[in-house]
Amino acid sequence: MRKSWKQLDRLGVALASIVLGLVVGIIFILVAGKSPILGYHALWNASFGSLRGFTELLINTTPLIFTGLSVAFAFRTGLFNIGAEGQYIVGQLGAAWAGYFFTGLPMIIHVPLALGFGILAGALWGALPGYLKAKAGAHEVINTIMMNHIALYATHYLVNGPLKGHAFLPVTKEILDSAKLFRFIPGTRANIGIFIALAAAVFVYWFLWKTTKGYELRAVGFNPLAAEYGGVNVSRNIVYSMMIAGALAGLGGAVQVLSIQYKFYDVTAFIGYGFDGIAVALIGNNHPLGVVLGAFLFGFLARGAMPMQSIAQIPKEVISIVSASIIIFISAEALVRRVIPRFSKKGGVKDANL
Amino acid sequence: MKRFSIVLLSLLVLGAFSGLAGAKTIKLGIVFDTGGLGDGSFNDAAYRGMVRAQKELGVEATYVESHSMDDYEPNVRMLAEQGYDLIFGIGFMLTDAIDRVAQEYPDTKFGIIDSVVDQPNVVSVLFKENEGSFLQGVIAGMMTKTDVVGFVGGMESPVITRFEVGFVEGVKAVNPDAEILIGYTGKFDDPGKGKELALAQIAKGADVIYHASGACGHGVIEAAKEKGVYAIGVDSDQSGEAPNHVISSMLKRVDVAVFDGAKMLVEGNFKPGVLNLGLAESGVDTAWSPGVNVPAEVKEKVADYAEKIISGEITVPATK
Repeated sequence: MRKSWKQLDRLGVALASIVLGLVVGIIFILVAGKSPILGYHALWNASFGSLRGFTELLINTTPLIFTGLSVAFAFRTGLFNIGAEGQYIVGQLGAAWAGYFFTGLPMIIHVPLALGFGILAGALWGALPGYLKAKAGAHEVINTIMMNHIALYATHYLVNGPLKGHAFLPVTKEILDSAKLFRFIPGTRANIGIFIALAAAVFVYWFLWKTTKGYELRAVGFNPLAAEYGGVNVSRNIVYSMMIAGALAGLGGAVQVLSIQYKFYDVTAFIGYGFDGIAVALIGNNHPLGVVLGAFLFGFLARGAMPMQSIAQIPKEVISIVSASIIIFISAEALVRRVIPRFSKKGGVKDANL
Repeated sequence: MKRFSIVLLSLLVLGAFSGLAGAKTIKLGIVFDTGGLGDGSFNDAAYRGMVRAQKELGVEATYVESHSMDDYEPNVRMLAEQGYDLIFGIGFMLTDAIDRVAQEYPDTKFGIIDSVVDQPNVVSVLFKENEGSFLQGVIAGMMTKTDVVGFVGGMESPVITRFEVGFVEGVKAVNPDAEILIGYTGKFDDPGKGKELALAQIAKGADVIYHASGACGHGVIEAAKEKGVYAIGVDSDQSGEAPNHVISSMLKRVDVAVFDGAKMLVEGNFKPGVLNLGLAESGVDTAWSPGVNVPAEVKEKVADYAEKIISGEITVPATK
């Protein structure tokens, strides 16, 4: 009873933070000499003004659910996975390669196979820093960041070299039709990727909170020494945990390639889904449900930033300011509680269940 | 929701009336890749073309910077839905997006820079960066006192390779003994990285550095300014960043491409197909910086080589 009240309370803080973030946005729009009404109208309409807009919202949200889950999963087990970005990139390339390399397969086999290659690539990319942490004590923050760069440049080499599938563009060949994810609304890009993402969220919840292994992993997150004393093999669990975190982000990359891009494009700069995933996990309180909601929020903001620019001539940076403000307000929970007294009745910083 | 619809409806009605009042205004839309505006070179050049079209042709124009590569297609489609008559995709990353949306909107015209889309309503614009870069190589080869020159590229790709190869050939043509240092930042958006690389080349003796690295170039120019050597800008005229240290800039006239696209449409003679713009077509050009005193013989030599390239006497290679 008390717990659910607390969850509701947190949701209130999150909503208040969103409102405050949008207010900050209004200030900056006015400073830029543009119309906030026109701007926020464009922002809203981008996702909820038409069926196609809504399907595009789902597409913007899907990768953020995966990377958010990846970061949240690692965090629940006491690890910082800054490497979702790189895991996502190698997941993309793995799936793209499997998507065009294997021919003559029926869809029912080819799609899972290509997804599997994405998962495998991401898992490997996560497990390696995990292994270094477990065996050599190398901090996973440093190593996952380094792995991001290795992913960026290794894929850059491959797609400009051995895996180049175009006369002059740095892209792979297009995946075969048998590897493409089903699009269920004709004329839109809406596809089953969002359901795979939601299934992944359910899986993370089930795994962490309903299985013995999940309990072990969370125990390591709470207190590694106590967990070890209780007979948990901490080193192995670190590798295990990073591997699953990597697999989640890798699956995200795979889904995006098989549903939207249909080929791997040279990544000339970090895409940002992995880094946004950190913010999504943060505002989602590292809980799968929170991650899904946070991903929708970020997807909504990112999606709306572009029509805000083309229709209301509002620089896209304004939306970056809005999302950054929301993150700050949510992290500075105590501040929000002071600004909006309704939420200050119970709890405070000490109760903040981060 | 309802109120929004009413606002929208009234806007539409207004639009219809203004449409009745005069001839239909041509609407030009631009979709940038994730690099976006503010690079001081490639994307900003496209933006200038758009602004010029607004002023001189009276077209209505807008642009949108893409948040991620998954947004290229919806952004192009969004502008097509909003009734833009000509939509330019700036950069090869938008190839597939333009290709797909061009098929959905056969009555809308599209343009793509640095790539080719084979559709009846698309004009594809390629540039012979190797030709323009050759001339910058001539400048660098003649201006260097140390006989060491540098090239800073962004991410290696066929386009950037054309810059490098052209530059190297140009240097060799006038100064066969010069040492040419070649470095790549691996990205287009990191001035710090550009500066680091330029400083390293300067430490090895380079006193003229040409860059083709997008926003990394800000750092290259800053390094040249700090160390008192020369830099050569790219895509746009970058002399403003360090008037006494940028000798020249290799102009890649993305602005002309965008402007000409709009102009074709306004004049009612839009021609789809592939445009390959080199020195002869003024697609690439040299902008001299007023702040640097370049000897007349250097300028003459550059004009000389430009003529030879235009006449076909010299063919500048485009690949290694």
